[in-house]
This record gives sequence, structure tokens and C-alpha cells, in this order.
Amino acid sequence: MDGSVLEFENVSFSYGGKPALKDATFAIRKGDFVGMIGPNGSGKTTLVKLALGLLKPDKGKVRLFGKEISGFREWGRLGYVPQKATNFDQNFPASVFEVASMGRIPKAGLGKRLSGADMEAVGSALEIAGIASLREKRIGDLSGGQQQRVFIARALAAEPEFLMLDEPTVGVDQKAQHDFYLLLEKLNKKMNMTLLLVSHDIGVVAKSASKIACVNVSVSIHDAKSGIDRAIVCAYGEDFGRVPHHHHI
Amino acid sequence: MQRALVGGILIAILCSTVGVFLVLRRMAMLGDGLAHISFGGIAAGMFFNIYPMLSALLFSIAAAIGIQKLKTMKVYSDSAIAIFFSFGLALGVVLVSLSHGFNADLMSYLFGSILSVSGADITLISVVGILTLCVLAFFYKELFYITFDEESAKTSGVPVERLNTVLLVLTAIAVVLSMRIVGILLVSSLMVIPASIALPLSRNFRQAIFGSVAVSVASVALGLVIAYYFDLAAGGAVVLVLVAAFAAMLVYKRLLKRA
Repeated sequence: MDGSVLEFENVSFSYGGKPALKDATFAIRKGDFVGMIGPNGSGKTTLVKLALGLLKPDKGKVRLFGKEISGFREWGRLGYVPQKATNFDQNFPASVFEVASMGRIPKAGLGKRLSGADMEAVGSALEIAGIASLREKRIGDLSGGQQQRVFIARALAAEPEFLMLDEPTVGVDQKAQHDFYLLLEKLNKKMNMTLLLVSHDIGVVAKSASKIACVNVSVSIHDAKSGIDRAIVCAYGEDFGRVPHHHHI
Repeated sequence: MQRALVGGILIAILCSTVGVFLVLRRMAMLGDGLAHISFGGIAAGMFFNIYPMLSALLFSIAAAIGIQKLKTMKVYSDSAIAIFFSFGLALGVVLVSLSHGFNADLMSYLFGSILSVSGADITLISVVGILTLCVLAFFYKELFYITFDEESAKTSGVPVERLNTVLLVLTAIAVVLSMRIVGILLVSSLMVIPASIALPLSRNFRQAIFGSVAVSVASVALGLVIAYYFDLAAGGAVVLVLVAAFAAMLVYKRLLKRA
């Protein structure tokens, strides 16, 4: 499909017989900022892992940039910020710059040293993420919000066209979250980067994203402005009021 | 003595580099496991009259690949190591009991012995050791990525499974090359202790690697010299120096905290 960055066609996946995703069909187009919502265990992370090729679908097809994922090799076009990224070994001896430069590997090539141009790209990724001044710091010494930005910088280091983020703000304070979403908006609007943001925070998704994907074993995509109510109903059901809605502290 | 020193320093560099990756990946016992496995290879070499270092090398590399294979078949990695560990040891013991003649020589592999390091040993250690270091340098940034975050490395197109096997094979090689000097029973300390000293003091990965190598080279050199002049077991002397350095690091960290 023309201009489609990520495409799912009748994709099903189950964990030991329990379906996590059923007949998911949707497409994310170039320039979209898709916020993905859905209750816990609805298949959001499964969907992201399928989109990254970390899981293989039981049925159906996943395409990245029009290419079927089993044959997809251009990993540099893709950035990924994993769920609980900040859950790493806090004693790990790695500087901010070293962690961010890992993300440059797909562009630099396997077994190759990072060139001057690669280093510059990593530097500007740190700049965009707003942590250029922390480059020599040990990553474990940073706050949760700063660490989150390191992982964004790592994902940006390859200068991707498409960025996937899985619950990136869990465990990050309110102020840092706010700044973080502003950064995402900037990436989308100013740098024309396609974004897929998995989040449990419907308010933020409705405000920042241009489209909302609601996941509840099946997937449907709605316009963020006009379709928010429908998105919530499809993700959480008509009786959404009974679902306790509180923010994790 | 000079031979032992050259071999010892090469081994020190190799083991301490591999060790940083192993310790950070919670695979500290892998070196010990592979060392016990290679005991079977040594015994087999002696039994069939092949150069024991060579048979041990083949044996431990095969085991390293086997361990990785078992892991992909959903056997826990420590269990996979334990299974091969016992297999190697059992095979060694059976072969030893079949032939009664080579116990003294076998002891030199178990505990290491500078005096019995031959020219062939040094050639093998140098050639294979340098090749192994080259492979490590080649995949340095990928191994670093995998060590930090395996899943994200996969999404960057890093061939994680293959590189995990490479790391295991490199460990197997380092173990076999080291046992002539420190002995099978003490090999893992050369991997684990230098890394454990350098890691808490390092602010980045480069420092961790170079720190680990520096500690290791200094300790091996000092240990060998002490062993030579006081006529002590070389492996034991090296490891005691390493443990003392580790204790010193702990004291230093504590003082630093108080200051």
C-alpha cells in the first residue's frame, strides 16, 4: 500500500492457545502520530513485538514500509523505545553517549566502527532529546525522566522514519512526562516522523496524537479529534465507567 | 618463566575482556562450567594420544555450542551449563580410570603449572589468543548492545542468537588457553574477579574493559613473579593476588562512601 509505514493484515497471535490478538487489520501511514490505547492484557505490547519482528504471527501478514517483515532488513528506518526501558541494571557501566550510540549500529553496519558522521548523528540525537550536556554521565546516575530521554536518543540515533514507543513514561514524573510528549509532537510535526505511542493515558493520547488505535484483542483506528469516544468504547467497552480509572503513583 | 609471563599476560587480557561481558550478563559461572567440561577434553586427548590442549579446545567449543542450543530449546542456561559440566567431568573421570598412567600430567592441567608450559602451548596461546581478541574487537559494539539490552539489539538487526554463540565459543577458547597457567579449577577467577573489581569503579563501558584488563595483567604478572621466586603454585598465587585486589577495591569503595 502506498505510503504505509506499518501494515497488519488479518494478524492473529496467541500465547499457548489464549488469543492475544485476533484478525488485526490496520495501517499506519507516513506522518501519522498514532496513540495506542487499550486495557492491560489487551495485546498492545504483543502488537508492538509483532511489528518489530520479535514475535511471529500465527496467521496473517505484517509489513514494514511495504515489505513483509520476515524479509525486512532496513532496521535503521525504525526506532524503538521498549516498555520499562529504564528497568535495566542501574549499576551497568555505560555512559549516556555509549548507550545512545548503540542505536546507530543499524546505520553503521555490523562489525564496523562508528565513523565521524555516525558520532555526529548520535550527538544530534542527544541534542534533540535534550540531554547533550549529560553525554559523559553514567546512565545509572540519571533520573528516570533523563534515562527515558537517553532511550529516545538511542532510538533517534539511526535517524529513523518510524518510531515505536511502548508505555515510555511509566515511572517518570509528571513534569518530565509533559516535556516528553512535547518532544514527541515536535518529532512528528517538525521532523515528519511517523510515531506509534502505546499508552494507558487516554488524555495525553487524545491531545497529542492524530489518530487513536484501540486494541482489545482486535484493533480499530479512529481520528483523535472526532473519534475519541468511539475509541474508548471499543477499547474498554460501553460500561467504561465501571473501570476504575486512576493514575499509578 | 619468560614463556609463562608472555602467555600469562595474553591470557590475562583475553579472560578479563570476556569476563566483563559474562559478569554483566550474570553468566559468571560459565567459565567454571566450560573449564570442567574441557577436563573431559584433556583426558580424551591424553587417552587417545592427541595434543590435549587441542582436544580440550574442540571439546569445550562443541560444549559451548551445545549449551547455546539447549538454551534455544528452552532449557535454563544454568541447567544447560550444569548438564555439560557433569558430562565433561564424568567423561574425564571414566577415561582416567581406564588408563592409570597419566595422573601426574593431568594434575598439571587441573592446577596449572608454569614449568610444564611448552613451546607448543605458547604458540597455541599466542595465535588463538590474538585471533580471539580480534573477533572480540570486531563485534565489540554489538556485544555491548546485547549485554545491555538484548531485545532492543534484536530490533536494531543485531543477530543476537549468533553473537551469543560467538561469545560462548570465545569463552570456551579463553578457558582452554588459560588452564595451562592457572589450571582448570581456577580459570573462572581470571574472568570473574578482574571484571568484578573494575565494574563498580567504572563510569562507562570503555573504562570497565580497560580497567578489567589492567587489573588482570597486573595481578597475573605479580602472581607469576611471586610464584616463581617463592616456588609456589602459579595459579593459586595469581588468584590470591586477584582476591586481595578485590578486597582492596571493597575497602576503597567504602572509604570513598564515607568521605
